[in-house]
Amino acid sequence: MSDTTTASPSGASVAFAQWLPRIEAVVIPLAALLGGLLVFSVFLLVLGKSPVDFYGLIYKAGFSTPFSWQNTLSRVSPLLFAALCVALPARLGLVVIGGEGAIVLGGLAAAVLGTMLIGAPSTLGLLVMAIGAAGIGALWIGAVGWMRFKRGVNETIASLLMAYIAIALMNHFVEGPFRDPASLNKPSTAPLPDSLRVGDMPIGIEVHWGFAVGVLACVLAWVLIDRTTIGFAARIAGDNVRAAQVQGLPVGKLIIGFTALGGAFAGLAGFFEASAIHGAANGSLVAGYGYTGILVAFLARHNPLAIIPVAILLAGFEASSGLIQRRMDLPDATILVMEGIVFVVLLFSETLYGKIAVFDPKFWGGRA
Amino acid sequence: MKRTSTLTRRHFLNSSVALGGAALASSLNPGQALAAADLTVGFIYVGPKDDFGYNQAHAEGAAAVKAMAGVTVVEEENVPETVDVQNTMESMINFDGAGLLFPTSFGYFNPHILEVAPKHPDVRFEHAGGLWTEGMPTNVGSYFGYIGMGQYLNGITAGHATKTKKIGFVAAKPIPQVLLNINSFLLGARQVDPEITCQVIFTGEWSLAVKEAEATNALADQGCDVITCHVDGPKVVIETAAARGAYVCGYHANQSPLAPEKYLTGAEWNWAGVYTDMVQTMLDGGTIDNFVRGGLAEGFIKMSPLGPAVSDASRKQFEATKAEILKGGYAVIKGPMKDNKGNVIAKAGESFVETDVALESMDYLVEGVIGSTS
Amino acid sequence: MSTAAEIGVWGVPLAILGGAIRVSTPFLFVSLGETLTERSGRINLGLEGTLVFGAMTGYAIAYETGSAWLGVLAAALAGSVFGLFHGWICRFKGVNDIAIGIAMMLLGMGLAFFFGKPYIQPVAPDLPAISFGWWSDIPQVQAALQVNALFILGAFLAVAMHWMFRSTRIGLTIRVVGDSTDAARAIGLNPNTVRLLSTAAGGALAGVGGAYLSLYYPGSWTEGISSGQGLMAVALVIFARWNPILSFWAALLFGGAGALGPALQSVGVTSGYYLFFAAPYVLTLGLLILTSSPDKAMDGAPGELSITK
Repeated sequence: MSDTTTASPSGASVAFAQWLPRIEAVVIPLAALLGGLLVFSVFLLVLGKSPVDFYGLIYKAGFSTPFSWQNTLSRVSPLLFAALCVALPARLGLVVIGGEGAIVLGGLAAAVLGTMLIGAPSTLGLLVMAIGAAGIGALWIGAVGWMRFKRGVNETIASLLMAYIAIALMNHFVEGPFRDPASLNKPSTAPLPDSLRVGDMPIGIEVHWGFAVGVLACVLAWVLIDRTTIGFAARIAGDNVRAAQVQGLPVGKLIIGFTALGGAFAGLAGFFEASAIHGAANGSLVAGYGYTGILVAFLARHNPLAIIPVAILLAGFEASSGLIQRRMDLPDATILVMEGIVFVVLLFSETLYGKIAVFDPKFWGGRA
Repeated sequence: MKRTSTLTRRHFLNSSVALGGAALASSLNPGQALAAADLTVGFIYVGPKDDFGYNQAHAEGAAAVKAMAGVTVVEEENVPETVDVQNTMESMINFDGAGLLFPTSFGYFNPHILEVAPKHPDVRFEHAGGLWTEGMPTNVGSYFGYIGMGQYLNGITAGHATKTKKIGFVAAKPIPQVLLNINSFLLGARQVDPEITCQVIFTGEWSLAVKEAEATNALADQGCDVITCHVDGPKVVIETAAARGAYVCGYHANQSPLAPEKYLTGAEWNWAGVYTDMVQTMLDGGTIDNFVRGGLAEGFIKMSPLGPAVSDASRKQFEATKAEILKGGYAVIKGPMKDNKGNVIAKAGESFVETDVALESMDYLVEGVIGSTS
Repeated sequence: MSTAAEIGVWGVPLAILGGAIRVSTPFLFVSLGETLTERSGRINLGLEGTLVFGAMTGYAIAYETGSAWLGVLAAALAGSVFGLFHGWICRFKGVNDIAIGIAMMLLGMGLAFFFGKPYIQPVAPDLPAISFGWWSDIPQVQAALQVNALFILGAFLAVAMHWMFRSTRIGLTIRVVGDSTDAARAIGLNPNTVRLLSTAAGGALAGVGGAYLSLYYPGSWTEGISSGQGLMAVALVIFARWNPILSFWAALLFGGAGALGPALQSVGVTSGYYLFFAAPYVLTLGLLILTSSPDKAMDGAPGELSITK
């Protein structure tokens, strides 16, 4: 430690050594991604299908033309928010798996508020709907944090139970008190007027604003965690609650705050689903995004910035599922198998950090 | 080029004969026949296409279309009613050049089809069960069959088979099409014996295996000895009911292989005829009506062959009623009739024939049905 | 009308009893499997995938061989392979067992749906049930007391596992490894091997739970066969405080509460059924809040478990 400067002959190599972990953090996942695709290629070859065709179709359906990008990016928004609902509490060592509940209730709240706001100015109406959705999401997942802190209730099981309860509540309200009598074969709340529908971004492809807001949310979450004292305190509490309490950190506030913030983001996912996609609340809000978000967050190692590329990758895979069914005569589950294999290999690759010589400064003649 | 023109001519000749008596004949426009080219048709299912139910019925229709010359069929299963189905439709249009789409699930219609259709005015969207109304995009059509009539015929066999005078219905959600089926099932049975009641249990989801099994068991516990259902995949209900010793009536597709001894009959979709007609119309350059409906007579629905447990008296009344229905203008809901809350739904002399659009917004259960709509 | 048809409101407690017996078995097997795994200090969140794969394998093998029991065996084997893989991959430093579990949930379901397509249509033989209702001449009672052999096996297994943790060397070994890797190493145990075997056995049990779904109740293979039973059962382990006997009661409670919704509708309580359908979750959450305590760490929680640290 003391002789770092003398051991490094020049400033340039110090800079290089500092970059090594970052290079490592990019190279290892990319190599693992390729490795996973390679393993899946064997699966395809055993079935007598061409991996080249397969990956060609993924590229074509998910990433080649403007429509492909639309196909991919239009699926990203809920995954970003849902992943944040996992990643933020994870900073405190909490495993929250019930984001689905906050999404569903967020969508319901947004749609119901929207029906009360008909005639209100568009911006104001949308703002109220978004705040309502985020609020109910914050309340729902924040309650999980509160139960954890006040009663010692395990947050994993509590959030899962709360998700099922939320879905039941949404179904009850959509088919009961808030049902639009005109929604015949798909019970829904009353349709939102055009002024309360979130539109597409002006980028030439039809991707609604939820994508941009989701990316912004990831960046803000990253700033919160990585660049503020609150985030620092959360990390200490996540490592060791006792130590954090001894240091006088407000562990309770942190737990409830981080779970509530995660829930608020999940609620926003519901807002965008209701306002941008469905134009009402109905059973389609239960689309499993909350569960996919868990996967995205863990793959991103709970780093909000990493959530963005992971969510896009996953969305691209999902976008290609249809074309693969149609062109290669493979069942829709094929893409699930591929995702499973790729993600297992990606997660396995975490064991490689610090074990590969080229990412060690010593390899380049410096000293750690 | 030569191939195309001969195909077109053959199709034209075929179609003038085949469609002569069909419900779609009026929408044919032979004048445009020469403009037709090969057609790619896309089918989208909300679940697996071999679910012994809703999706399988459509997939069987798709298989019939596949056998037509000059037609390419692309299919996708397990597509959720979210932005996913919008992407799937556009993907079929952009990558496969689909000119006719059959997104088959109820929830695909509003908003998803109505959202995508205006962007692709050259593509035809045909939806099962939707209610197309004036002002909606003109390249969208909705079609459906009067399958309530099938449940009515189911009810007649059920009325003869029941000893406890209680029959059961496992339903997904209280939407008009489901309510019409429940009501028809009971009213059919009441043609045999007006004392019969029908217990309904809603599972709340279109596909939820364990809850469907529990609902079936609860019905059997209450003494229901003939059970039918309206869920996406009737497999679980049919098997569970038969295991409890109850008779079963099928729905969506033919489930008799699942319970050969207990299966009375079933109300099945017959999409093959409907789909080949629609595709033919497109190939001939015609336009399909925006609002298409049909029943037994038009071949939109059919009944499973009667099972071994159906008595002679039952068979006789079944066939006689079926013949009546085939004549057209049959009304299941006719006055005086009350719902199960005591409200009058049809005054004496008033009747709603099968083609009445009012039936498609049904929101009541008739007297004798034990259950509630919310 | 026969007297048997008129059990009326008695149908509700009877349905709860019958439902508890019918619906609880998959929860029971997955919970027991996960208890074993978590007691060794690992968490396998992917048992939902194992359950679904077990359901498919069990059904497929039962159909191909004509023997439902061979199907159960195949499901157990398939489950143990998933468990072995999870156990093996998690021994590498830096690999997160929860995350791997989630990825394997996806993989298990994907493989089950992929290879299960040809088996949706065929009808496989069912597992036999034992009738404990012979003393009654009411058909509803007889039906409710149709008990599948796997349920009885699961009940025995719960007792046996409880005894194993308390009084046997194997049980002690698993608990030591689960409570402290360092302590286990100090007395010459190999924690990785113990966890590998515990996860494999846990996977096998989850596979059997899946076979119950496809071969007995509801008794068919469809892609929607599981509505999250595997995930819920993993959560129930925490609820049951890693205690096999409590897992048994938790599974029964959950199964019985699940029968409440349909049963109430069948006796005429027809409004708000979605809320009744939520009964198992509300009940479990309520009990969880009542039995948890903010002051002490959770009783019975294995010290090495990442989810409770």
